[in-house]
Amino acid sequence: MRAAPYLLSLPALLLFAGVVIVPLVMTVLLSFHDWGQYKGIEPVFILKNWQEVLTDSYFHEMFWRTFRIAFFVTLLAAVLGAPEAYILNRMKSPWRGLFLLVILGPLLISVVARTLGWALLFGGNSGLVNKALISTGLISTPLPFMFTETGMVVALAHVLMPYMVLAVWAALQRLDPQIENAAVALGAGPFTVLRRIVLPQVMPGILSGAIIVFALAASAFATPAIIGGRRLKVASTLAYDEFLNTLNWPLGAAVAVLLLFALIAVVVGASRLVERRYAQVFG
Amino acid sequence: MAFLSLEGLTKKFGAHLAVDGLSLDVEKGEFIALLGPSGCGKTTTLQMIAGFVDPTAGAIRLEGRDLLAIKPAKRGLGIVFQSYALFPHMTVAENVAFGLEMQGVAAAERTKRVTETLELVGLAAFSGRFPRQMSGGQQQRVALARALVIRPNILLLDEPLSNLDAKLREEMQIELRQIQRTVGTTTILVTHDQAEAMALSDRIVVMNQGRAEQIGPPHEAYERPATPFVANFLGKTNLVNGATVRPEKISFGPSGLVGKVRTRIFQGNHWLYQVDTANGLVTVIRQNTGEAMPAEGAVVHLVWSVAP
Repeated sequence: MRAAPYLLSLPALLLFAGVVIVPLVMTVLLSFHDWGQYKGIEPVFILKNWQEVLTDSYFHEMFWRTFRIAFFVTLLAAVLGAPEAYILNRMKSPWRGLFLLVILGPLLISVVARTLGWALLFGGNSGLVNKALISTGLISTPLPFMFTETGMVVALAHVLMPYMVLAVWAALQRLDPQIENAAVALGAGPFTVLRRIVLPQVMPGILSGAIIVFALAASAFATPAIIGGRRLKVASTLAYDEFLNTLNWPLGAAVAVLLLFALIAVVVGASRLVERRYAQVFG
Repeated sequence: MAFLSLEGLTKKFGAHLAVDGLSLDVEKGEFIALLGPSGCGKTTTLQMIAGFVDPTAGAIRLEGRDLLAIKPAKRGLGIVFQSYALFPHMTVAENVAFGLEMQGVAAAERTKRVTETLELVGLAAFSGRFPRQMSGGQQQRVALARALVIRPNILLLDEPLSNLDAKLREEMQIELRQIQRTVGTTTILVTHDQAEAMALSDRIVVMNQGRAEQIGPPHEAYERPATPFVANFLGKTNLVNGATVRPEKISFGPSGLVGKVRTRIFQGNHWLYQVDTANGLVTVIRQNTGEAMPAEGAVVHLVWSVAP
């Protein structure tokens, strides 16, 4: 009977191996194959693709841009999402449910439709966003949004915001409802309560939300593809182009595998850091 | 002039009258217990004193000043919450120091007072721990230290012992009483536990449906309950011939009200009897003195002296 737990989890393990591990291993192997304009893919073992990806400044720029965008998306999601979750948590029904729906809304709409919507809003110098910004006097000349990192950050932050809000909200739910009163009774003003009492306690939530948002932003495809097009590529659209336009599958595989491993390193590193920092306090 | 006075304090939640014209004068250094079943308005009263709930009508005065005009953060009250509400991301010392920090007390003075207060509650060795690493009883003491270190005008205790197990609760009752006597802070305790209220307080306010049914020393409220509600809430009672008689005041004698023992329960230091009589079921409590006691089914005679 000792084998029962393993036998019971075998079907799921087989499925996981079949749909995740096998294609992944094949992609890794593919990245070591050779490719030529006229000879196509040759199943040999060479390091050419990896050398190219790791030494060519073109690829450096792509990866640097990918992680820069992911970083700013994460920052924007945290700066807007954390207060959003706090306000949401203090709302009473029916407003809470209504606004939760508004925040979760982006997840219910197809990523392509939503991003095309942003493209329409950004579109050219007479786009709605620019018109609104100019009419409020925030800017005097139109800002370029399409085919820029700014546009990508805005559109990605919008779609990934729910993950941050939900993570922070979960942390807020664990807060002792009396704890803010306790701080007030000891003489703390509203701002001090937020900064010294609430924020440190929801920090693990913000950080775990940040890890999710960062990973999804760095590996996002549809939004960078539509907002950035072929003019402003990131790692995922680059891999796509190598696969489907240049038809250099091995090089595309190297890009994809490198993106995957870089992301795993960032996510695992960050979550271990978070765990170590908060293990003692929040157990 | 009383130290703290509640004058016709009233709170309505919609159509529900949570607190209904409560008036109470508290002397400096007094230990008052607000006692009653859940929903009697005792917690709402405490929250109005703390400033977390605004009264619908009435006034609260502290040494003659209108307390309602002062923001909760400026009232200078020490509060121990039912859940303790410790700051989990701060050490014990940081928790206790928080109030002093808010008052702008200098660091050296702060350290000194934190150490003193932690010694008072017997936690001097735990200052570097996080709340999560401590037992319920220890967390309770941290909460008490955090409330006392700011030298509050009034100490408010909201069901402070209800999360502790029975044995620890008794120990903490004694300790709480001693600490309150030592520091002499005027204290208001909210509880639904009559034993706790009687053990700790100088005066009890028995509350029911938002009103004070009786205000007085525990002994007086127990011996001379003003209403049937108070009599029932403060312990077991028998209604015999229209008079309320406490079970421990009834004894077995050679003659008296005739009855037959229906059940007998041994509770260590005392026996609990249920006796069928012509006047209905009578509860009798007898001290366990080691002597033989009437068994179930025995015919007994009940005697008691009627309170003057």
